[in-house]
Amino acid sequence: MRDDPRLPSSPGFWRSPVRGSWFTSVLGLVLLVGITVLFVTGLVSYAAYNPNLAPVNDQTPDKGILGFYLFSWPTGPPWLYRLTQGTHVTLGITLIPVLLAKLWSVVPKLFALPPARSLAHALERVSLLLLVGGALFEFTTGVLNIQLDYVFPGSFYPLHFYGAWVFIAAFVAHAVLKTPTALRTVRARRDTTTELVSPRPDPPTVSRRGALWTVGGSSLLLFATTVGQNSDALRRTALLAPHGGANPGSGPGGFQINKTAAYAGIDPAETSEQAWRLVVTGRTGSVRLSRADLLGMPLYSAALPIACVEGWSTADQWWRGVRLRDLAALVGYDDPPDVLVESLQRHGAFRRGALRANQVADPRSLLALHANGEDLTPDHGYPARVIVPAAPGVLNTKWVGRMTFGDL
Amino acid sequence: MPRRVPVGSPLQLLLLACSFALAGYAGVRLLAGDWLGVALWFAGAAVLHDLVLLPLYGTADRAAVRGLDAAGHREWTPYVRVPAMLSGLLLLIWFPLIAGLVDERYRSATGRSTDGFLARWLLITAVLFGGSALLLALRLRRAAKHRPPAAH
Repeated sequence: MRDDPRLPSSPGFWRSPVRGSWFTSVLGLVLLVGITVLFVTGLVSYAAYNPNLAPVNDQTPDKGILGFYLFSWPTGPPWLYRLTQGTHVTLGITLIPVLLAKLWSVVPKLFALPPARSLAHALERVSLLLLVGGALFEFTTGVLNIQLDYVFPGSFYPLHFYGAWVFIAAFVAHAVLKTPTALRTVRARRDTTTELVSPRPDPPTVSRRGALWTVGGSSLLLFATTVGQNSDALRRTALLAPHGGANPGSGPGGFQINKTAAYAGIDPAETSEQAWRLVVTGRTGSVRLSRADLLGMPLYSAALPIACVEGWSTADQWWRGVRLRDLAALVGYDDPPDVLVESLQRHGAFRRGALRANQVADPRSLLALHANGEDLTPDHGYPARVIVPAAPGVLNTKWVGRMTFGDL
Repeated sequence: MPRRVPVGSPLQLLLLACSFALAGYAGVRLLAGDWLGVALWFAGAAVLHDLVLLPLYGTADRAAVRGLDAAGHREWTPYVRVPAMLSGLLLLIWFPLIAGLVDERYRSATGRSTDGFLARWLLITAVLFGGSALLLALRLRRAAKHRPPAAH
């Protein structure tokens, strides 16, 4: 019965002449490198939120030792988060064909009998459930999140973060067990075992090399139709990516928007010249500033991008406004401390965000009043928004209503 | 005497124990909220892929190969398989945008509409299949040219 080729437990059930340890090994080594980069850039993005700075920045308060490596996120180079997060998302999408091909290439093993040859083998198979389930869970939650399709069971940040650690635990074990064989097989340029090789292959429709080129070509197509969402010049080439295609508007405020004023529930009545006041609190008490008061302070310019956790970014925009350090000085801090920034936004995980002292101190960190020579548009945060070099988009709080300087 | 269960490599056992401990540490945090939903998503992703998606595209591929084989043109397989695979892959990844599942949220959040996604995917699909047909036609023409004239 074991050898009845009508059953997937029989090697004869699997007919493709492409399967074999060489094909699997090549794909495995590509994933070894690619997933390592994904994991590292993911950890970097986690650090970029400065979760240890204040509870408002921390979506995973029970992280424990998983935050062991956290460091103060720097403000330079200003394109740092644009690069790391653009890499994370673009590479993730590019690797999907490789992942699917790799899973296809080893699927006969899922059904192989006996289910376990030894205790170690049984445990390895349990670990493979974490590996395959974890990989698909991470790719799926990531792909859905960048399309704003929040159907997964919980908040994206803890799911994707803890899921990544479960996955990487299984991934490292798998890599340690399999990489030596994979390297040997790729060096030998042929199958080094009969495992996965069909005992009664169909006549080939494509060579193994051809199959590999097809996988590579698929990755190339995904890369080419996604990478443009990180560049204003190439945005139209990102044909299906969420922030590809055309910009939402033309003119100085026409660049990409993360969340519009309408989405954030900003009432135009609260942002009018008469109604809006910025409350700045610090060592010497609180001051209330109108937009005219702010425009009367020394204004500075900075050319900085917007870079989103969703893996899209804009080119440098020309921001003009009051330096955060000058606002800190206004309330008694000549040596800039941390700051808690609160938006007029009613709901949403990042209606409040904390910035660290090094971010406040950077002379390019602004409470911006203008973008590209015009007043901010409502969707970009009018009357005033934060812009900090290299910070993730959501920490560049829009529609700022209150800033509280001091140690958080 | 009953046969003893083979243990396997002790190094492998240690490695896996270490891996499970770390996965467990992260796993209890992953499952801290809607544990059933998360567990279903985690295991469901593997099950759906291995027992639904993969057999589905495997069967479709085999049917296409058989059909072309029956028509005597097995060598045309890549010209059908590659564009179908690329188009299907794009649909799989960008399904929420292409199907307009997130239209309202996307529109109100980004200030843009999802209207173009379906059209762009269809156009890409048309280009892929059209390009493939063109390549096949060129190949057939070249083959016809190099074929020796039929004997009378």
